[in-house]
Amino acid sequence: MATTSTSKYAYIECDPNLCVGCQLCEYMCSYTKNGEYNSYRSRIRTVRVDEVLITAIACRTCENAPCVIVCPRDALTQDPLTGIIDINATKCDGCAWCIEACDFGAISINPATTLAEICDLCKDEPDGPQCVKWCPKEALKKTTPDQSAQRTRRKLVVGTLDIPSKATEPK
Amino acid sequence: MYGYSGKILHIDLKSKKNWIENKPEQWYKIYIGGVSMASRLLWENIVPGCNPLDDGNPICFANGIFTGTPVPVGGKFGLASKSPLTGVIGDSLSGSWFSIALKRAGWDGVVLHNSCDKWTQLFIDDDRVQFNDATYLLGKGTFDTEEAIREKLGDDQIRSCTIGPAGENLVRYSNVTNDGRQLGRTGHGMLWGTKKLKAVSVRGTKGVRVYDPDTLNQLSFDISKSAQGKDTEKYRVYGTATGLLAQNKSGVLPTRNFQEGVYEDAEMVSGEYLDKHHKVKVVACAQCPIACEQMSIVKTGPFAGAMTGIEYESLFANSSNLGVNDMRAAIKLITIADQDGMDTVSMGVTIGYAMECYERGVLTDKDFVCESHPEGFTLNFGDGDSAVKLAEMIRDREGIGDLMAEGVRIASARIDEERGSESWKWAMHVKGLEPAGYDARSLKTFSVGLATGTRGGCHNRSAAYDPDLKGETNRLVVDETRGKVAADSEEYAAVYDSLPLCKFIRRSFTGKADRAGAWPAIARLINATTGWDFDYDDVDLIGIRATNIKKAFNIREGWKQEDDELPWRWKHDPMTKGPGAGVVVTDEELEYMKQLYYKAKNWTEEGLIPKEHLINLGMPDVAEEIGV
Repeated sequence: MATTSTSKYAYIECDPNLCVGCQLCEYMCSYTKNGEYNSYRSRIRTVRVDEVLITAIACRTCENAPCVIVCPRDALTQDPLTGIIDINATKCDGCAWCIEACDFGAISINPATTLAEICDLCKDEPDGPQCVKWCPKEALKKTTPDQSAQRTRRKLVVGTLDIPSKATEPK
Repeated sequence: MYGYSGKILHIDLKSKKNWIENKPEQWYKIYIGGVSMASRLLWENIVPGCNPLDDGNPICFANGIFTGTPVPVGGKFGLASKSPLTGVIGDSLSGSWFSIALKRAGWDGVVLHNSCDKWTQLFIDDDRVQFNDATYLLGKGTFDTEEAIREKLGDDQIRSCTIGPAGENLVRYSNVTNDGRQLGRTGHGMLWGTKKLKAVSVRGTKGVRVYDPDTLNQLSFDISKSAQGKDTEKYRVYGTATGLLAQNKSGVLPTRNFQEGVYEDAEMVSGEYLDKHHKVKVVACAQCPIACEQMSIVKTGPFAGAMTGIEYESLFANSSNLGVNDMRAAIKLITIADQDGMDTVSMGVTIGYAMECYERGVLTDKDFVCESHPEGFTLNFGDGDSAVKLAEMIRDREGIGDLMAEGVRIASARIDEERGSESWKWAMHVKGLEPAGYDARSLKTFSVGLATGTRGGCHNRSAAYDPDLKGETNRLVVDETRGKVAADSEEYAAVYDSLPLCKFIRRSFTGKADRAGAWPAIARLINATTGWDFDYDDVDLIGIRATNIKKAFNIREGWKQEDDELPWRWKHDPMTKGPGAGVVVTDEELEYMKQLYYKAKNWTEEGLIPKEHLINLGMPDVAEEIGV
């Protein structure tokens, strides 16, 4: 499978070590977007492979997003500033090519409309992505690859250097 | 109607026909959901007086009022049948995805009548019902069965209630399992196995709508955030297993088949030890912001690879209660029970009973001879390896495992009849249900809660260990308050079990878990969901009604006052160690407390329910049938 590099754009990231699989993100996503609580209409999806391997996945806002390229009806466009994918509901006919093209399984067909839907980072919500707001374990973050790398570096330093500081208790 | 669909789905497993029953809103206001609604559906649909394994005993699912909404810990449902283990009401509760799928499929409840003629996987696909062949699932464990169904039907959001090999083999305390959670106690698995029902799967693609979503979202959000605070810390960090050391300190940790309440090696099987050496990850039920399930794994030794969620009740039954101080053996035992679909408590207590039989010479090495163990084996307290062997024999009903698969009441009766022994004196059960992890000899309020329990010796239904352990009552003596305290704690628990909400949220509404702290908050959640006008009293009535419908069921099935009884050991055989040493519950004390309890319930001296009381509770048809 061709792997798409994730972008400089922001997206929703889930830390599988923190995710407990409660699905509240799905409830609030479907409510925000569709006015009802329904995982089948959520644009973020929890994945529970077994009892402990649990995480959640939403659009990664790829650069040169394959879903946009592959759409035979040009229904998908990407905002050059935010990377958010827009699906034009009058052009989309639910053919699901975008779903097949997505390396992250982050697009789904809304069973009520039979059209494709994708995370837009709640760009119209004043308090930002509702899944992030609701996640009880703070497993979800709106982040960019750069910010993710920054956090990893900081965590590495705090976890390995044996120097007393404000960030770590003296050993 | 908001929060409910108003529809109950009936399926006849024999004729494969199904039909829809519409229920009026008033019915929902009385029976709400979960344990209460499941019990009411059982009341309506059973052939009264039938043998629990007969076709006349239906399987009744009831969803929750908050299921599928963002209300924290509201993703639960109830399951009720007449229990094969106890012969009285078998009401169980479980959390997670199954209930939410059922809600999204548009069903408040499902009633399954009669039996299948061959092994079946029933599939409720929104409003269609399919009978699928289950041959490919036979022999599979519970989690594997769920996965295989998702694979076969091609949708990872399909959720299932399943039985494992233990249910297929008709172990009397086998469970029904969903999403890795257990519909525990009371032996639903045996009934499903008898009906050749391997799994009930649901796909629900419709949305859940509520009366006032903005208010409900805000209330839920606040509760969810406050549930990350110190009030739930013990559940989040160590899970319920953290109770083991506390119970040991209080001298109520069942040890070596309830002989003692203090276990000298408790540190080695504590929640803290588990956290340090075995924990993999903490996971949640669906819709739960707390997350208490401590997934734990064995890393070394012959049981390496065994992994499951460890709860206090599972842990006590399979460690201190067996005198087993090797956490690896305890995790292995619990994994067998969870994966293969047995009740961890009943299994552990039954193995404890067998160990005591062995140590007292009632059973010997050769009693354990079977194909898997041609030489037999020893079964002393503390021997985790042998306990695992016996657990596997129980699951497979192999050798003496066949007898131990019947639970301690039946097993002890047969052994005593055969051998002239008196093993019934250490057969720990109330109404046939093996008790949970609180020795009730020195928890006198709790003891009457257990004795009168409608489903037998259950800590989930009677929460009266709480006032005893907190010192709100003097746990070592009896006084005139105990009936009321026991009734109150039972009804308090029944409110949670009937909404249902997980009780672990109880302090997160306002910081106070008592009725004054929780009921107004729960009323607001109910009203935002349904558009009703519930207040404190209406919430309080939920628990009173739930306990009465369950009791009414038992009365109609032939309950007698002498069924409200405690195990012999708790009445005659005091412990020698700890704060509860030397104490028993005497006949006189128990009879006195039973009378106090019946009075607190507004029942007669005989423990029957007055007609008028049932009419006042809004159950005139129940009053007509069993009221006095």
